[in-house]
Amino acid sequence: MSASIDTPAAAGRPAAAVPGKRPRGRLSENLLGWLLATPFVAVLAVFLLLPIALIFVVSFWETSAYSYGPAFILDNYGYLLTSSVTLSVYVKTLMFTALTWAITLLIGFTVAWFLAFHVRSLGVQISLFLLCTIPFWTSNIIRMISWIPFLGRNGIANSVLLDLGVIDAPLEWLLFSDFAVILAFVHLYTLFMIVPIFNTMMRIDRSLIEAARDAGASGFQVLRHVVLPLTLPGIMIGSIFVVTLVMGDFITVRFMSGGQSASVGRTIANEIALLQYPAASANAVILLVTVLLMVGVLMRFVDIRKEL
Amino acid sequence: MRRPWTFWPLAAFFVLFVAFLYGPTLTIGILSFQGPQGGLTFPLNGVSFHWFGELFQQQAVGDIWGSFRRSFALGSLVMLITVVVSVMAGLAFRKRFAGAGIVFYLGIASLIVPSILVSLGVGILFNVAGIDVHWMTSGLGAQLTWTLPFGLLIMFAVFNRFDPAFEEAARDLGASRWQTLRHVVLPIIAPSLLGVALFGFTLSYDEFARTLLTAGSYNTLPLEIYGMTTNVTTPVLYALGTLTTVFSFTVIAVAAIAMRVSLKRRSQPSR
Repeated sequence: MSASIDTPAAAGRPAAAVPGKRPRGRLSENLLGWLLATPFVAVLAVFLLLPIALIFVVSFWETSAYSYGPAFILDNYGYLLTSSVTLSVYVKTLMFTALTWAITLLIGFTVAWFLAFHVRSLGVQISLFLLCTIPFWTSNIIRMISWIPFLGRNGIANSVLLDLGVIDAPLEWLLFSDFAVILAFVHLYTLFMIVPIFNTMMRIDRSLIEAARDAGASGFQVLRHVVLPLTLPGIMIGSIFVVTLVMGDFITVRFMSGGQSASVGRTIANEIALLQYPAASANAVILLVTVLLMVGVLMRFVDIRKEL
Repeated sequence: MRRPWTFWPLAAFFVLFVAFLYGPTLTIGILSFQGPQGGLTFPLNGVSFHWFGELFQQQAVGDIWGSFRRSFALGSLVMLITVVVSVMAGLAFRKRFAGAGIVFYLGIASLIVPSILVSLGVGILFNVAGIDVHWMTSGLGAQLTWTLPFGLLIMFAVFNRFDPAFEEAARDLGASRWQTLRHVVLPIIAPSLLGVALFGFTLSYDEFARTLLTAGSYNTLPLEIYGMTTNVTTPVLYALGTLTTVFSFTVIAVAAIAMRVSLKRRSQPSR
């Protein structure tokens, strides 16, 4: 995991091993590069680019009773952009995204700060870091289900609160609510913040911090004026992950809200279930544009080829 | 040196975070040993293997073992393709080639495009082409859009730490390009390839969003489990969750041990 977000790139770096190659070598170097990259490009061309192009095309198609077919109509977009439902769904989705982003950032930064600057042995650092990343390799669905005994009406949270006398009756909003949705997002996605932030923190030159301390900076000032700015690229990479995952989510919202909350992803999933592919496609195009705009803003703060 | 005062509150925060991370999983682990009369929440109504037993009964909802076999086969296939394709792409990026930037951003795009677009788009693609979606074809392709970029990023990290002197030495000794790759480069990066394999398998094994519309009539395990959440209200769900989580942990442990072994073997001088 740590490896994945470390240093990238070969992409932007001059080739190290071929000093003084002749132009002929250059050409075959190009050819070899293309050949080696072909399977990667081919898979993504067929299963990413082509499908997205098709979504774009189909978003102008029309729907009849049981099927959909070629046309060029703007109705799908017209309906979408004038419906008040669209607006409220986007507001809700953005609310989920903003809250999840803020909470995962806070937790992720704190955890990474602890691991990178307060744990001294590298072995312990790596072990604790792995402890944080292992759930990434287990099932998200199971991790959502596992909140039921905690948050349910007779769940642990309610029993404890009742026993402590904090509440008189079980709280109904713990499970199957917006609260549960955000809790699950935080539970699932905080590690997408921890990993890149921890990685950038580990690359901060420790002498900078000593210098700041020698110059009389307090612990908080070091954090605010040295660590935070130098960690910004990691924060941005983590933010890109969290924002895109939450913006496009349809499963966490559906499961954790008990089907009561809406999100853009859920709307699309519902339209797909009703076989309204053109409507779903128009919705998907708008979602993609929104996500790309958000990522575009985040990318302004980081040169991803340099930082990965 | 004294620890700064911030150590203790931060350590406490970290412990809480880990509890938050693993607590729910542990809870369903415990609750899956619920007695036959027990429910989805505490208290434990006796302790038994009843719900694990249920998983092996024919009348249990759905086709759990069939979906497990499919997920296992698909995961293995995704793993294999991810390792081979990522290594090839990683090798390509070691030398500058025209269009490298575009390929790189294609990979990044694959990570940030919302999963539901991949699911929808691949579904439409097969629909338009008149091919039935199937987990082995459309499901496989949809999952690769998620695993390949991770594989490529890992290869970037690997090759950035790779000392080209080894290759130069091999070439100076007269090794061909293929021989250098086969006998020098691949053995050196082998431990990292286990990491790529782990990503490939586990991400596929647990994948949900991209598989949902592309798996066709036969469910993979996550799809099967999701289907169960709507109509199963007994701890059998927890038992299944516990089993598949234990399986994931086992896969991670095997990969970790294999990595350790191959690192150790590499560091031993072989004369």
